[in-house]
Amino acid sequence: MAKRIVEIAAHDSTTPQIPGLQQQGNILLAKLEDLVRWGRVNSLWPLTFGLACCAIEMMSTVSARFDISRFGSEVFRPSPRQADVMIVAGRVSKKMGPVLRQLYDQMPNPKWVISMGACASCGGVFNNYAILQGVDQIVPVDVYVPGCPPSPDALLYGLLQLQRKIRQQHHGMIVELPLLKRTEVSSG
Amino acid sequence: MITQVARRFVKTVLPLAQGLSITFRHQPPFQQPITVEYPEQKRPMYPRTRWRHVLRRYDNGLERCIGCSLCAGACPARCIYVEAAENTDEQRYSPGERYAVRYEINMLRCIFCGYCQEACPTGAIVLRDDYELADYQRSDFIYTKEMLLEPVPAPKEE
Repeated sequence: MAKRIVEIAAHDSTTPQIPGLQQQGNILLAKLEDLVRWGRVNSLWPLTFGLACCAIEMMSTVSARFDISRFGSEVFRPSPRQADVMIVAGRVSKKMGPVLRQLYDQMPNPKWVISMGACASCGGVFNNYAILQGVDQIVPVDVYVPGCPPSPDALLYGLLQLQRKIRQQHHGMIVELPLLKRTEVSSG
Repeated sequence: MITQVARRFVKTVLPLAQGLSITFRHQPPFQQPITVEYPEQKRPMYPRTRWRHVLRRYDNGLERCIGCSLCAGACPARCIYVEAAENTDEQRYSPGERYAVRYEINMLRCIFCGYCQEACPTGAIVLRDDYELADYQRSDFIYTKEMLLEPVPAPKEE
């Protein structure tokens, strides 16, 4: 299988990495790390950050039909200090950029960002002077979800991708991920 | 005394039961949960759902795309890039004179409006229902022709 090397969590400063401890193979530390990661994966509290029409789909992801709480992410926090993941849903104007960055800075580590939709990911159709061409210009984005807007299941898939990323996360280590691109096309 | 108790019962417990009956009516076994258990079970897509693009082929395996760039012209987000080249008799990709040597779509820019599908004179590009497109890196969203093309159909049994 084709593989690519990705450095995960360059911006993640969770527990300080203690040199020596990991070489000796401290079992308790490793298991605790697994436990912490398990907790992180299953309680990703998003920050309420709906900016445009994508927010409507984000709301319907919380609704009974799609039910994001099956993955532990239903607790939308209005305060960045209680949030783990920022779902940037909608177009970010250049005036909004500093606000977004400040909210991101106020989130406690570890923190992740899902860029939801075409506008947040790269500007979408709004290739003009007012809209930021991609939210990754100001915050590090972990998962991009394309679509205009992405349907709730597409957002859930993005959240699952983020969970998959966190599961493979060690403290700033380099991990190998299998190439996600699917070259074959589903028939139908 | 008894009438007082009865009156209190009617005043307090009955409305409670009335209200809770609505709650219980919306519980199983009377009503099933409407949640789609997404990763295991996917909701049926509508026939005109517009998601991931597919470049189609004819039944004999030739590509439908003739590299005319009409899709790129119709695209409001300008996310399609087409580079055309001439077909020769030795190297034949499409039945027409030209074929797309490069066909790239920026899936992040794309707004899945389906204008490319409408503009295409040969019906080469269609939008199908694969919505699981989320990825980790922006560079991975440039979908090339190899990723978009349908596999060559199996030859029909005569």
